[in-house]
Amino acid sequence: MSCGSLIRKVLMVAGIGAFALAPQKAAAQEETVRSKIAAAIVMPDEEGRIAVVLDLKKTPSPEIVGWLDKWKEGLIFIYEAEDGSIVPVLMGDPIEGTRKIAIRKLSDDTPVLDGTGNQVGVTKFELDLADTSSSLRKAMREVSDLAALADPDVEKRIKAIENSSVGQRQDKLPGLLELQKIETNSKANKALEQAIAIINLRSDDKAKRLAAAEFLGNRGSLPAFDLLKTIALESKKSGDKEMEKAALLAVSRIELHISRINAAGTLFRGVSSGSVLLVVAIGLAITFGLMGIINMAHGEFIAVGAYTTYVVQNVFASGLRLSPFGQSFEIPGLGLTGTGMSLYFVVALPLSFLVAALVGLLLERSVIQFLYRRPLESLLATWGVSLVMQQLFRLTFGPNNVQVSSPLWLSGNWTVNDVVFGWNRLFVIGFAVLIIVATWLVLNKTSLGLLIRSVMQNRNMAACMGVRTERVNMLTFSFGCGLAGLAGAFLSQISNVGPSLGQNYIVDAFMTVVVGGVGNILGTVISALGIGMADQSLQQYLGNPVIGKILVLIGIILFLQWRPQGLFVTRSRSLD
Amino acid sequence: MTKAPAASKIRTPLLIAMAVFLVIVMPVLNVAGVIEDFTLNVWGKYLCYAIMAVSIDLLWGYTGLLCLGQALFFTLGGYMMGMHLMLMIGKLGSYNSDLPDFLVFLGHTKLPAIWQPFYSFPFAMLMVFLVPGILALIFGFLAFRSRIKGVYFSILTQALTYAAALLFFRNELLMGGNNGFTDFRTLLGANLREAPTQRILYIVSAILLVAVVAGCKWLTSTRFGLIQRAIRDSENRVLFSGYATANFKLFIFVLCAMIAAAAGALYVPQVGIINPGEMTTERSLEAVVWVALGGRGTLVGPVLGAVSVNALKSWATRAYPDMWLLILGGSFVLVVMFMPKGIIGIPAQVRTLIAKMKNRGANSRQPVTTKQDAEVTEP
Repeated sequence: MSCGSLIRKVLMVAGIGAFALAPQKAAAQEETVRSKIAAAIVMPDEEGRIAVVLDLKKTPSPEIVGWLDKWKEGLIFIYEAEDGSIVPVLMGDPIEGTRKIAIRKLSDDTPVLDGTGNQVGVTKFELDLADTSSSLRKAMREVSDLAALADPDVEKRIKAIENSSVGQRQDKLPGLLELQKIETNSKANKALEQAIAIINLRSDDKAKRLAAAEFLGNRGSLPAFDLLKTIALESKKSGDKEMEKAALLAVSRIELHISRINAAGTLFRGVSSGSVLLVVAIGLAITFGLMGIINMAHGEFIAVGAYTTYVVQNVFASGLRLSPFGQSFEIPGLGLTGTGMSLYFVVALPLSFLVAALVGLLLERSVIQFLYRRPLESLLATWGVSLVMQQLFRLTFGPNNVQVSSPLWLSGNWTVNDVVFGWNRLFVIGFAVLIIVATWLVLNKTSLGLLIRSVMQNRNMAACMGVRTERVNMLTFSFGCGLAGLAGAFLSQISNVGPSLGQNYIVDAFMTVVVGGVGNILGTVISALGIGMADQSLQQYLGNPVIGKILVLIGIILFLQWRPQGLFVTRSRSLD
Repeated sequence: MTKAPAASKIRTPLLIAMAVFLVIVMPVLNVAGVIEDFTLNVWGKYLCYAIMAVSIDLLWGYTGLLCLGQALFFTLGGYMMGMHLMLMIGKLGSYNSDLPDFLVFLGHTKLPAIWQPFYSFPFAMLMVFLVPGILALIFGFLAFRSRIKGVYFSILTQALTYAAALLFFRNELLMGGNNGFTDFRTLLGANLREAPTQRILYIVSAILLVAVVAGCKWLTSTRFGLIQRAIRDSENRVLFSGYATANFKLFIFVLCAMIAAAAGALYVPQVGIINPGEMTTERSLEAVVWVALGGRGTLVGPVLGAVSVNALKSWATRAYPDMWLLILGGSFVLVVMFMPKGIIGIPAQVRTLIAKMKNRGANSRQPVTTKQDAEVTEP
């Protein structure tokens, strides 16, 4: 608060008058503002009102903005008392037993009383609005702008500073300069420097103009970009070579800055869309990469995870009615709200892993185990399975997308040096890192991981050493499917959940694993990031997501010319 | 696990009987009024699918290349034919313009240059074969040169199809976007909406099917066919024997793309519409189902599979719309697991089963494991 009051104090100095006023508490401040505005309203003539309003400049405070707005919006009325005096009033509560409304004085918020000491009640039509004229509104705006600069909230103050540079009005300059002397927040200071420079671009002093252009160019100021372009054109017309040169230089510097921002944004988006690919493909890297099973139903396991999340969400809320095959049954809900509800995702994550892993286990026992030596046929059989699963989703959850709400904290963003980082994209990246680390730990630091690796490297030898390869196969496959389920829980937060959810990712997932090199998790990580990055940069340059995607697919085909086995080759002496 | 595969086992009399039935009996019955025009038209569609199925069989059953892009070649052929048919509409479209409706809708006033030559029917026919052929040539050259095989080949063809479908869904390609081509009127001056025209198209499809099956039968019985099957069973041995397997595979791949494209070109005027929905990998996989169900490596099996699955589909999607995908997916899983030779293989399977039962009865100490029998020839 100390900063705020200090600002207020300095701004008072910056105002028209130059007398100091002791710092006051907010309530007292508000009272002053109210009585001043009340005084302005009762002024008999326009000039008087404007003078009083402008007088508020001497005591700028954020409260002024609100009260002036009320005036402008017609929420302040004029009550003519019995003795003929004029009182600006606000509407109060309805008076019980009558159809009238109590009114309160604007100046001190006390009820308006009649001669006998009773509350005065009015109907709306008895009162006149406190009118404003356009010149009065102009004065009000001026005062409001200045007052907003005194807002103790940094974000609001910065917003006010940025607004004050619009139109480059020289009369805004003194206030900003004074604020600059005492402003301690570095972000606000930067905004101030920029706003002052932008206003100086229209200064009468040519040296100031040139300096401002240079400063804005060095800063890479985005708000000044269009203005500088205009100034360059104007200077060209008026023959001001020096100014034109300075403006053009600044424009080119800002353009450089913009291209850097775009590059950083593309990089970030590339990493995040690569992370999506990675999350989607990591399960496949296990089932296809390690086991050699072409699981065309991988996408449907993703959907299993997403639908699990959907069910968990509804159980946390008000329950769910499902009607597969004409049967109808209800899942009761816990009816949670608030914090309890926002925790549903924490429960949904492990559950979606477990459910998908369980379904995977079933599939392995019933179909896959007979097809280990026939990869092409595992492709066909699992495609049949994927058709069946898709249709089951459709019959159970309906053919349309279902609603999975994502937590509020995923919708914000974080700006660093003009580059915007969306929380949802950061979440994507964090989630991918988590999954990779977890998978790596399972494969390299647990005894199950050791068994998985041994069976995948040499099934017969592992069997000879007493490893129960059938069981390991089963667990590996269901682990891969569980990872797909996790991916589904995760995708439910950033995209639509529907019966064909998996179909949208299956081709990309296979591509990622093939490019990465079969049987290598690190390869999958690198290829996912590479494909994501290529996809996003092509989108950025071509401005067309589909053509970009097609080029990426063609690029992958060409890449496999160069490295038919993918990035990382698992070497072995076997031929086929 | 590589059993010596029987050479093409199609019995010639069966083939001739099939040919006579499809090419002569069906149209005659139609003219006589026994078979409705609608039924004949639907059968014409099935036969086009059957031609595509035979092309898949030649690739997969005989060469071991599971291509998930046959629907792409089929549709490309269809699109080339569709371009000619679109121009034949003339001023009869809803905008009364010489341009196809969708081009007018997109704001074009002049026919794009790539459309111009499609006024000529021979040119369109040439393109039906050339466009898919060249695409297959380029893709196949790249894929086989770097020895991409097995499931990798399948996955890459899947990606190619996916990319092409994405492209054809765009309006910028000037191929009608996701609506594709429709509302055709005439072909070579004949009204496509009249029964005789459709009958002729049916006969052409039937003749093409018989010709393709006969041609493939001949091809697989030559020395070329022998090498083809050797590649399927052990590509490396063939390679080490001094054969450039890549060239053999490339030839087959391009040939099959052209066969599928021809089927697509016949399919379009009979069905009256072509759009990118036909181009997806699901369609390719569905066609693979026909082959697997009918029995791969038999040439007749795929025809049987294509016709029966599609007839079943026509019936089931009307009678049990919710169940159709369950039936298709489920039966596919069962066929892959328990009937590796498809419908055609059922008699043989039954015979071995009976033999086994007898064997078991005679000498219960030596049970024959079913697993070995279930293993099929697979690279």
